[in-house]
Amino acid sequence: MEREKKREKNRYIVAYGLLFILLIVLVAANLCIGSVNIPLKDLLGIFHLTGGDMSSVYGDIVMDIRFPRALAAAVLGGALALSGYLLQTFFHNPIAGPFILGISSGAKMFVALIMISSFYVGLKITSVTMIVGAFIGAMISMFFVLIMSRIMNNMSMLIVSGIMIGYICSAITDLLVTFASDSDIVNLHDWSKGSFSGISWSNVYVMSLVVGVTVIWVFFLSKPISAYQLGESYARNMGVNIPLFRILLVLLSSVLSASVTAFAGPVSFVGIAVPHLVKNLLKTTKPILMIPACFLGGAAFCLFCDLLARTMFSPTELSISTVTAIFGAPIVIYIMIRRKNRQE
Amino acid sequence: MKEEMTKNNDIYMQTDSLTVGYHGVPLIKEIALELKKGEILTLIGPNGAGKTTILKSLIRQLEPIGGVVYLDKNNVHTMKRDLLSKKMAVVLTERVRPEMMTCRDIVATGRYPYTGRFGLLSERDHQIVDEAMELVHISELADRDFLKTSDGQKQRVMLARAICQEPELIVLDEPTSFLDIRYKLEFLSIIQDMSHAKGLSVIMSLHELDLAGRISDKIACVKGDRIDRFGSPEEIFTDGYIPTLYHMTVGSYEERSGNLEMCPPKGEVKVFVLAGNGTGTDVFRRLQRSDTPFAVGILWENDLDYPSAKALAAEVVSVKAFCRISKEEMEKAKEWIDKAEEVICTLNPDQAGDFYPELKELYQYAKVKIVELPH
Repeated sequence: MEREKKREKNRYIVAYGLLFILLIVLVAANLCIGSVNIPLKDLLGIFHLTGGDMSSVYGDIVMDIRFPRALAAAVLGGALALSGYLLQTFFHNPIAGPFILGISSGAKMFVALIMISSFYVGLKITSVTMIVGAFIGAMISMFFVLIMSRIMNNMSMLIVSGIMIGYICSAITDLLVTFASDSDIVNLHDWSKGSFSGISWSNVYVMSLVVGVTVIWVFFLSKPISAYQLGESYARNMGVNIPLFRILLVLLSSVLSASVTAFAGPVSFVGIAVPHLVKNLLKTTKPILMIPACFLGGAAFCLFCDLLARTMFSPTELSISTVTAIFGAPIVIYIMIRRKNRQE
Repeated sequence: MKEEMTKNNDIYMQTDSLTVGYHGVPLIKEIALELKKGEILTLIGPNGAGKTTILKSLIRQLEPIGGVVYLDKNNVHTMKRDLLSKKMAVVLTERVRPEMMTCRDIVATGRYPYTGRFGLLSERDHQIVDEAMELVHISELADRDFLKTSDGQKQRVMLARAICQEPELIVLDEPTSFLDIRYKLEFLSIIQDMSHAKGLSVIMSLHELDLAGRISDKIACVKGDRIDRFGSPEEIFTDGYIPTLYHMTVGSYEERSGNLEMCPPKGEVKVFVLAGNGTGTDVFRRLQRSDTPFAVGILWENDLDYPSAKALAAEVVSVKAFCRISKEEMEKAKEWIDKAEEVICTLNPDQAGDFYPELKELYQYAKVKIVELPH
């Protein structure tokens, strides 16, 4: 028994170590690799870590473009994974996620609406407006998903209705984008497909603040989440205030996915794939271990996918969802097959 | 007045004209139950009678439509959640499907009300978890994946979990449903031990009437829209009550022995069974299975064969306990022997004893018709 405990502990240390190393390596790779390749030696120089050659061109590329973009990919990737984890907990469904349930699309629709109307009115939109708009959109989708979950009470039907809500929101967004002919809308078009490009430092500050506060809050929920894993009735008997807890789960997961959508558009499958991978890495579902690990895993996953999106067919950039879907969708299929097998 | 006060002080759980149901539609009305510390209360009643609904209302899973549930003088539905969770633990029928959790992890969730902000277990918590697992004999399952255990093992894990919560009242919804006979008895005796040793109060629903009658201090019978009877097992299991409680139209139930029998075969009596001292019961059941109507005689009402004969035979020629066989009964038995095509004798006439020569006489009378039982 003692040995078992020790083995578990070692596993957690190794898993976390792995995630940290992966994260650092991927950040470095994202900063170095691109249309201009920057040697690692110079990268360290830029961060004043060594006294190497501090080329100002390299410095500008890293500090103005690549570093904010990498940070955004990390922060938003973590937020997405955690948002997925919360939704899976909420619905007791391993393939729930902000994208598949149409929450990202709802956020996207509302942000597009705000962007276009502000173009016409001539207002400049700030990061905060974007987040608030995305949050409202996410809540609208969430509202419909919750109604559906009440009516259907069936896991697969819930997913199907989520996908349908997603389609409706995407169709409306496309409609908006098509009829808005302003040249600025070119940006909007890229964004509506999902991309980490064009992130500014002020964006990074805002998203880090919002996501940071939310993640800490989620971490403080790890105890009630652990109770909720045994189902609502047992959780209630353990003293969890179920209505409040459910509202918190919905709000926090919506804030997280709204932040992602506001800055990077809809990003698919990260919310499902990462919690699943992390769970298998840790071999536990204890929320206190899962929550930070999901965040780290999501960050690493999105850094990796963004690296591929930028570099695979450079100078053409892929949308981030193209890459995340290639890696994420097979995992979803795998989860479904495994569940089916277990039931039989 | 004063006497009533002190009496009330002993009561640990009580419902006051409690009405329960779903969506404002009352299902069971005016429930008045009470339970002292260390007592076991069992709900019995047919499927769908509302046992689970009552239990859910007692444990604050369901808002009552009317009335109050008191637990240690607190209103269950308004008291602080963490206080309630320290006083009451539950074992529900709801399937638990946690991924990648060992049985120990599940048991440890019982410590929830006692741990800090992040739910980390102290040395003492671990110790309590180990003790609870030992108590229900699942220590060897500790590191097994919960999902890979049998239903019976899962049930015991959930009991250990509830024990871990160190409750004063434990509420169990059909806890024995998935258990085999050994674990049924083991499970209930653990509960009984805890009620004796620690003064744990227990409320549960059971389908096994025989076990309910043995373990419960009090039984509540749910029938229709009310608690039909509430009292000690002796008060509940009176002759003929159980078939009416369960609306039994087929077969029979004998309250005293918990003996359950199928319907007696219909039609003309074909066989007479000369039985007694418990030798006949197997033959009665065999005849029932082959759909052969039969009569039995002569049995004393305290004979081991009597309950099953009463339930299965078309006619039982019987004598009151400790009484002599009268002429009248001899005549009746002979009449049945005449009517029957065959006679089966399960008694050994040589061992019938001197006290009742009538049995020997009957044996001689029937001898020509006696057949061996086909094997």
